[in-house]
Amino acid sequence: MLSYTLRRLAFFAPMLVGMAVVVFALMHVIPGDPARVLLGEDATPEAVANLRASLGLDRPWPVQLAAFFGRLAAGDLGRSMFLNDSVANLILARLPATMEIAILAVLLSVLLGVTLGVAAAVRQGSPVDVACMMFAQLGVSMPVFWLGILIMYVFAVELRWLPSIGRGAPLPDALWAALTGNPAVLLDSLSHLIMPALTLGLTNAALVSRVVRTSMLEVLSSDFVRTARAKGLRRIRVLLHHALRNALLPVVTVVGWQFGALLGGALLTEGIFGWPGLGQLTVNAISQRDIQLVQGILLTFACVFALVNLAVDLLYCVIDPRVRLG
Amino acid sequence: MRRALANTPLLVGAVIVASVLLIALFHPFLSPYQVEQMDMANRLSGPTARHWLGTDNFGRDLWTRLAHGSAISLGVALAAVAFAMVFGTVVGLVSGYLGGWVDMLLMRVVDLFLGFPQLVFAMALIAILGPGPVNLALALMAVFWTQYARVVRAIVLTERAREYVRAAQAIGAGPLRIMVVHILPNAFGPVTVLATLGVGTAIVAESGLSFLGLGVQPPTPTWGWTLAYGLRFLRSDPWMSTVAGLAIMITVLGFNLLGDGLRDHLDPRGLTGRVRAGRAP
Repeated sequence: MLSYTLRRLAFFAPMLVGMAVVVFALMHVIPGDPARVLLGEDATPEAVANLRASLGLDRPWPVQLAAFFGRLAAGDLGRSMFLNDSVANLILARLPATMEIAILAVLLSVLLGVTLGVAAAVRQGSPVDVACMMFAQLGVSMPVFWLGILIMYVFAVELRWLPSIGRGAPLPDALWAALTGNPAVLLDSLSHLIMPALTLGLTNAALVSRVVRTSMLEVLSSDFVRTARAKGLRRIRVLLHHALRNALLPVVTVVGWQFGALLGGALLTEGIFGWPGLGQLTVNAISQRDIQLVQGILLTFACVFALVNLAVDLLYCVIDPRVRLG
Repeated sequence: MRRALANTPLLVGAVIVASVLLIALFHPFLSPYQVEQMDMANRLSGPTARHWLGTDNFGRDLWTRLAHGSAISLGVALAAVAFAMVFGTVVGLVSGYLGGWVDMLLMRVVDLFLGFPQLVFAMALIAILGPGPVNLALALMAVFWTQYARVVRAIVLTERAREYVRAAQAIGAGPLRIMVVHILPNAFGPVTVLATLGVGTAIVAESGLSFLGLGVQPPTPTWGWTLAYGLRFLRSDPWMSTVAGLAIMITVLGFNLLGDGLRDHLDPRGLTGRVRAGRAP
């Protein structure tokens, strides 16, 4: 296990360096003079020269790259041109809100996707199977931003059960408040959180349910399941204890890979529900071509995605010994 | 042919995709209205005989605008997937056939690109390149090519060890001829399936970026932008967002069904399964 972990970490570090190089290279993909492009055609030569100097574009690119890595090592992601604030501060202030909906969405999608996938596999060919797979097909075809609008329309506009926009107290604070005798804060926080998380989670649940169904069908037809049944074990025990445990292995991989799509979806969902995460910051940064902020956000998302996949790899190795022994 | 007709997802998907493609190709002839033509007397109406899918707040015909938008969305998605398919296939072919350090280098580049969340990476590229249909297609191509490279490389690795490739080498065929004439046809099936499913993904990505205002810019009536614009009237007139959302969903569903159906059709293991179940011819 230790050697597997070390091998994965040895692969992880160069990956991060490589991704940082790609992010650095983005500035140099801009056609023409980046400073001129960023400031527009009407900018004075002095303003262009100042921007070139402040971005370090007047130096040879190996020097720029070295300076970029030097800044990264110090936790400095640069400065936003339009918000005039440290990029790291801007991101750190909003990242927890984005992670909150992403993590809750993963939990919801696994819960719902596994339930539907198992139900479909156990009743293969029945109306339950058809209904579950129709949900899955519609779910993977439905754009997350439209699903968000529909959910908002039903639960906030028509039924008026939930607040349509905004965020309550951060979830860790709300949980603490509930533990210290103030459950209203947690309820308020969850009432804001549930719609964006459900929006993201439902789309992902559709994919998880397809994977679980396929995996369950394969496991259910395997010899060890037949042997377990032949030994007289109860159907439910075979299903949950023997089959599901093995069928969940691909789900772990899918959840890891889908986390990237989930982060992209979170940016779209946040805009609909007025969620104060990285979504609006990203859209504004792109609209204003605030390149250092865009670079910082991209690097942050890449690191989060890489960390999630590292965690998934290590988890996979814990669940399935063949991975570390193979 | 009979097997294809018995494949419901393939059939339904093909009908939806063919319909959307026809609408996108012939949209100027499918409506009596111009895209920007206003009918203020009938603004924000639901479906009527005059306006099949209703109108927006300026009385512009939504069917006309969505039909026009289909050409944009499909054009961007098809261009992005086509570029990604060609580029990814070339990379996968070269990587798998040459092997060694070329393979290692190309696959590490693929790993790097896969390390970024796709939509976020596409958004960052749009920040660099600027909005517009061509840049949007380029940004989407830059995030989609990796899957084709991986799939084609895996196929090449299997095929290059087979006797027919060795025989071709023995009679003096060059690497380019072996790659293109002998090995590449084996990748057509999987790549076609991947591309069909990829068009659906690209349409969602294009609509998402237009929804955020980062894709094709107004006044071009893209599906994503129409959906976002309809949000302003969600409380009083949810119809506008609904039809735009339905247009995206049905089209993506069509491509997904077609992709799934093609996979079943081209996968011999699927055939075996049906033979066992007694449903195959």
